[in-house]
Amino acid sequence: MPSRSRNGYTGVPPWIYAIAAAGALFVLLPLAAMVAKVNWNQFIPLITSQSSLTALGLSLRTSATSTALCVVLGVPLALVLARGTFPGQRLLRAFVLLPLVLPPVVGGIALLYTFGRQGLLGKSLEVAGIQIAFSTTAVVLAQTFVALPFLVVSLEGALRTAGTRYEAVAATLGARPTTVLRRVSIPLVLPGLASGAVLSFARCLGEFGATLTFAGSLQGVTRTLPLEIYLQRETDADAAVALSLVLVAVAVAVVGLSYRRSRPLPAKEATSP
Amino acid sequence: MTFELNATLPARNFDVSLALGATETVAILGPNGAGKSTLLGIIAGLLRPDTGRSALGDTTLFDTDAGVFTPPHQRGTALLAQEPLLFPHLSVLENVAFGPRATGASRREAHHTADHWLAEVDATEFGQRRPGQLSGGQAQRIAVARALATNPDLLLLDEPMSALDIHAAPLLRRLLKRVLAGRKAIIITHDVLDALMLADRVIVIENGHITEQGPTRDVLAKPRSRFAAGLAGLNLLTGTITDDGLASDDGRHIAGHLDGNSTPGSPGVAAFPPAAVSIYPTAEHGSPRNAFQVTITDLEPHGDLIRARAGNLSADVTPAASADLGLTPGSTVYFVIKAAAVTVYPA
Repeated sequence: MPSRSRNGYTGVPPWIYAIAAAGALFVLLPLAAMVAKVNWNQFIPLITSQSSLTALGLSLRTSATSTALCVVLGVPLALVLARGTFPGQRLLRAFVLLPLVLPPVVGGIALLYTFGRQGLLGKSLEVAGIQIAFSTTAVVLAQTFVALPFLVVSLEGALRTAGTRYEAVAATLGARPTTVLRRVSIPLVLPGLASGAVLSFARCLGEFGATLTFAGSLQGVTRTLPLEIYLQRETDADAAVALSLVLVAVAVAVVGLSYRRSRPLPAKEATSP
Repeated sequence: MTFELNATLPARNFDVSLALGATETVAILGPNGAGKSTLLGIIAGLLRPDTGRSALGDTTLFDTDAGVFTPPHQRGTALLAQEPLLFPHLSVLENVAFGPRATGASRREAHHTADHWLAEVDATEFGQRRPGQLSGGQAQRIAVARALATNPDLLLLDEPMSALDIHAAPLLRRLLKRVLAGRKAIIITHDVLDALMLADRVIVIENGHITEQGPTRDVLAKPRSRFAAGLAGLNLLTGTITDDGLASDDGRHIAGHLDGNSTPGSPGVAAFPPAAVSIYPTAEHGSPRNAFQVTITDLEPHGDLIRARAGNLSADVTPAASADLGLTPGSTVYFVIKAAAVTVYPA
């Protein structure tokens, strides 16, 4: 991105800066308050306890798996929403985005009635000897459910911005639709896809309500870091704060990565191989 | 191998039929929004016509009666647009190799083909660059190489020179003249020079229909549509041929010399260059029979002269003459044309 000239006119009235500062404080102050509460002497032992490491490991593993699932399901969804024209397209978009505004606990209940023992699909799965509810698989499904819209929204926007002109040229050069997708469409929106995946990963990492409802809180199986933090808060406030800080650090790293990656396209000097 | 097309798209008021010989280049001329790009979109398979059929050699591109629609990638019609649209994430060499790769060539073969075409457009040294590091003219040359590397049966060019600056355009025009020889191509252009240099034949499209077509020289020498006359730099009046000239549709009579095929009473046109029009403040001058009272609508620079427009007629005068006459939009003056400068021929 070209750095904005310091000499140029920006057109932002000065009082906007004051309100923006208040907004920034509103986000930063609670974080600072939490950092102030950290018991630094016990910090390392607290975050390296058996249960903490187990929860962190589970969180990273499930979030990575869910993000991969989001990419597999979200790329086709975004393509269909951005490029296709079919009846019910707007309705489909609205439903795909629903988890963004739905309370996660509601999502958890919906998943329970789909994949749970007595659920819509769960009954058949049970017959086949597959149990999903209250397993690590359930954690992945809950995370994918709430994180998918982040990837779809981000990628659909990138696809619309990229437009179809490069794809049309590729087709007239003899490329089949699958080749166009692989060699033109996806590479052109790679920054959008990457930032969408990073946002999805961050959302997965923080997922709590749907996980608790649909997967429960079994140590080493479904108790991810947010669940561990909630549990520790009852008994050991210092541990909860320390683990919260770990989660904040991971989230900041992830979001920072996402912002560094999301560059406008087409880049003046192209980036990807 | 020939190309023929017959297509309608009523939503865009489009109805065009045309055919191309084996190695013919046709220039499509016409005002903005006339349907020129629609035509290329239909041929390339990016737009579906409502009715019609088209065939390129043995390939049926589409046939609405038979329900046939060949997708763009199987048509063998490469499209070169106004902007180069080089894939920004690929190197120049990989851009040119894209077509051969996509149609099944091995990496080595594709790079070999790409090298050949890069050399052909004098761009070998850019092979490893990214498109973002090229000037507009360089990028468009690469785009030509990329289109030709697919060895298209029909090359479609949509105003390829229009986005280039005045220094890059002549170079690309020479390049196109070289590579279009012996190929079938359709080129959309606004520039009469493109038509003269590159095309064997011109087709004028207005409002989605062909209004005039023929060998480039004939169309420019004896335009029958107002658009072609404008390109050729001629005034054009349409009407009915008389014994000594033309009775125009807007109620004027203009004297001129009739060419051999003109039959009095049949529809015809009268053409004369703006340089043959003199401007006088009053009607009393001399004996020429063609004097029309007109109201000046526009004045614009035209080379060293000033072109005075009055509705559908225009006259070229020197800046000094213009000042003497006190010409401004709204002035009422007389356009006087020597009959010897007016050619009348059938429409």
